[in-house]
Amino acid sequence: MYQTGNLVKDLAEKHGRRRESLMPILQDIVKKHNYLTDDVMVAVATELDISAAEVYGTASFYTFLDTEERGKNVIRVCKTITCSMKGKNDIIATIEDMLKIRVGETTPDKMFTLLETNCIGWCHKAPAILINDMPYTDLTPETVIDVIKGYMR
Amino acid sequence: MVTLKINEHEAKVAEGTTVLAAAKTLGINIPTLCNHPDLCVAGNCRVCVVEQKGARTLVASCATPVSEGMEIQTNSLKVRNARKHIVELLLSEHRADCTKCYKNQNCELQTLANEYSFGEHIFLDLTEDHNYAIDRSSPAFIKDDSKCIRCQRCVRTCAQLQHVSAIAVSHKGSEMKISSFHDRPMSHVVCTNCGQCVNRCPTGALTEKTYIDQVWDAIYDTDKHVVVQTAPAVRVALGEDLGYDPGERVTGKLVTALRQLGFNSVLDTDFTADLTIIEEGTELLTRLKKVLVEGDKTLALPMFTSCSPGWIKFIEHKYPHMLPNLSTCKSPQQMFGALAKTYYADKRKLDPANVVSVSIMPCTAKKYEADRPEMRSSGYKDIDYVLTTRELAVMIKQAGIDFRTLEESHYDSVMGVSTGAGVIFGATGGVMEAALRTAYEIVTGRPVPFKNLNIMPVRGMEGVREATIKIEGTREEWNFLEGAELKVAIAHGLVNANKIAKAVSQGKAQYHFIEIMACPGGCLGGGGQPIPTSAEIRQKRMEAIYAEDMHMDLRKSHDNPEVTAIYQEFLEEPNSHKAHELLHTHYTERESY
Repeated sequence: MYQTGNLVKDLAEKHGRRRESLMPILQDIVKKHNYLTDDVMVAVATELDISAAEVYGTASFYTFLDTEERGKNVIRVCKTITCSMKGKNDIIATIEDMLKIRVGETTPDKMFTLLETNCIGWCHKAPAILINDMPYTDLTPETVIDVIKGYMR
Repeated sequence: MVTLKINEHEAKVAEGTTVLAAAKTLGINIPTLCNHPDLCVAGNCRVCVVEQKGARTLVASCATPVSEGMEIQTNSLKVRNARKHIVELLLSEHRADCTKCYKNQNCELQTLANEYSFGEHIFLDLTEDHNYAIDRSSPAFIKDDSKCIRCQRCVRTCAQLQHVSAIAVSHKGSEMKISSFHDRPMSHVVCTNCGQCVNRCPTGALTEKTYIDQVWDAIYDTDKHVVVQTAPAVRVALGEDLGYDPGERVTGKLVTALRQLGFNSVLDTDFTADLTIIEEGTELLTRLKKVLVEGDKTLALPMFTSCSPGWIKFIEHKYPHMLPNLSTCKSPQQMFGALAKTYYADKRKLDPANVVSVSIMPCTAKKYEADRPEMRSSGYKDIDYVLTTRELAVMIKQAGIDFRTLEESHYDSVMGVSTGAGVIFGATGGVMEAALRTAYEIVTGRPVPFKNLNIMPVRGMEGVREATIKIEGTREEWNFLEGAELKVAIAHGLVNANKIAKAVSQGKAQYHFIEIMACPGGCLGGGGQPIPTSAEIRQKRMEAIYAEDMHMDLRKSHDNPEVTAIYQEFLEEPNSHKAHELLHTHYTERESY
């Protein structure tokens, strides 16, 4: 959990308080904190004078606007056909084994969250994963361990 | 005007008319689900698709405006096949346990299925391995996602008519659903329980929480004395569920039916509506005097009415800083409840523990109101069960009563005598009119200066209305009001209530007294009223309410002999200590979501 503080007010100043300001505000919050807390969604609703259910409805539509608590690093494994055929299940098994979490879970130290994602456009270099905004491709169970180790420091 | 052809018939309609509406002018019925006359066009369900000559695909007739020379087929093979597939697809995601469903026989999807889907289903039943949520947390209604076809009538109702948006569309694709904020229980979000969504849901996804069985149990329990009260708006709408046209007044038959159902005493909420006027009118005049003459800063003006439990919850969530502006008067239902287990029980020499108090309301929020912890001033739950107009119609059918052939009869006494002022509580502007009829007379000693006591400026279906009443020739004790202009406002539908509340909050409105009803049209358009409800139907019910008022011998609350008697025998005087204990309440600030 993080404190909302003046974040939402500042973002409303930056992006405006119209209905179409909602997406850029939510995106900026997620950029900073990885996910949306209930408090922050209520604050956005109050600032834009719309209902909190609408804010949640919008956020829940977009996979990358998380409304559940996420770790510092969000790992998204591509689950679409090409990556599946090229060994995505082995990649997931390796990460699960390494971090001791299952898909959808966050490590107790809040460092990693493991998720699946729809196609991220790296079919030609499958299997691919995304850690935060950085794609990693042509992975094997061996190389993915090194990639994740890079985020442990 | 635009000329087009529908099924080879020529139609001439105004520009901007939809194909759906144009077809209706020719008597051609196109089925719809997500479309509703009170709401904006959505085009979600696709059931209303038609074939347009020259168009590549079928078009949704609810969302397609007419154009010159257009040629439409509403019943071609292509249309029928598409419609069948659309209905079947909706059914594949709808838990169709119709015989167990509260909306059985009263479900728009079922009606369509009856026409388009019989025999083997084309598509897989997807409901079997889907874990749907059923939210029973509200005392007023149940939200069952397994019945939801995501037509979004409820979402549009909550946003457009009520400015609440307690529910919105969430998630996407096969996961798409109608959610409260972060899927919290409906009892723990901004929902006002107004039931407007329940009134518009085409399936059993949103239904009132029914207490029919509990009421039957109480009736059959010989140790219990069951009293029933009926709200003003019920008598002008119940008929619709029993085969009458909208706008038919069925008051006398309603009383007889309730007696035949086995209620021990059939009484009238209109009696406590009259009592509300005395309490609230006195409160208003006292506030005006204290604020304007004595400079009392602890009391707030303008004063808002407090009869509508949907409005109360709305202001508690959205404008908690204005709670002091609410009248402290309980609603007529709750005044009745508090008196049923005190004054009434005493008069009838009953043990209040054995009195079961039932109310028939046009409202779902009344179920919530009855459950509020404040509503136990009698030492018991003041109102045990609240039934909607629809539930009463079900009970009448269950009992095998032939409503049409019933004799008319009168309410029992005590607490069954009422005036026309009590009746008009059922229409938007009615509380205001009733209050003015009494307050003006208290202050001046003369009746309100309007023909036949009909204060036309406060009536009508305009969302927000204003009126100014000039006060002249005051009695001595009220001479501070001499020449004053009493400024009043009326709003119905929470979207309109919000406009006034916002203006007051920002100091942009100079009113003394404001009547707010949560539902469009006031109680006569309540969430518990017969389905369907539309602008025309609300208009007819409103005409019936005012006809009922004109038909009464007494038209002013302070002329009600039972009201006079209850002050003499029990309450002492308006706003007395005892009245405050039983008839007034307080409010609670709530979260903004």
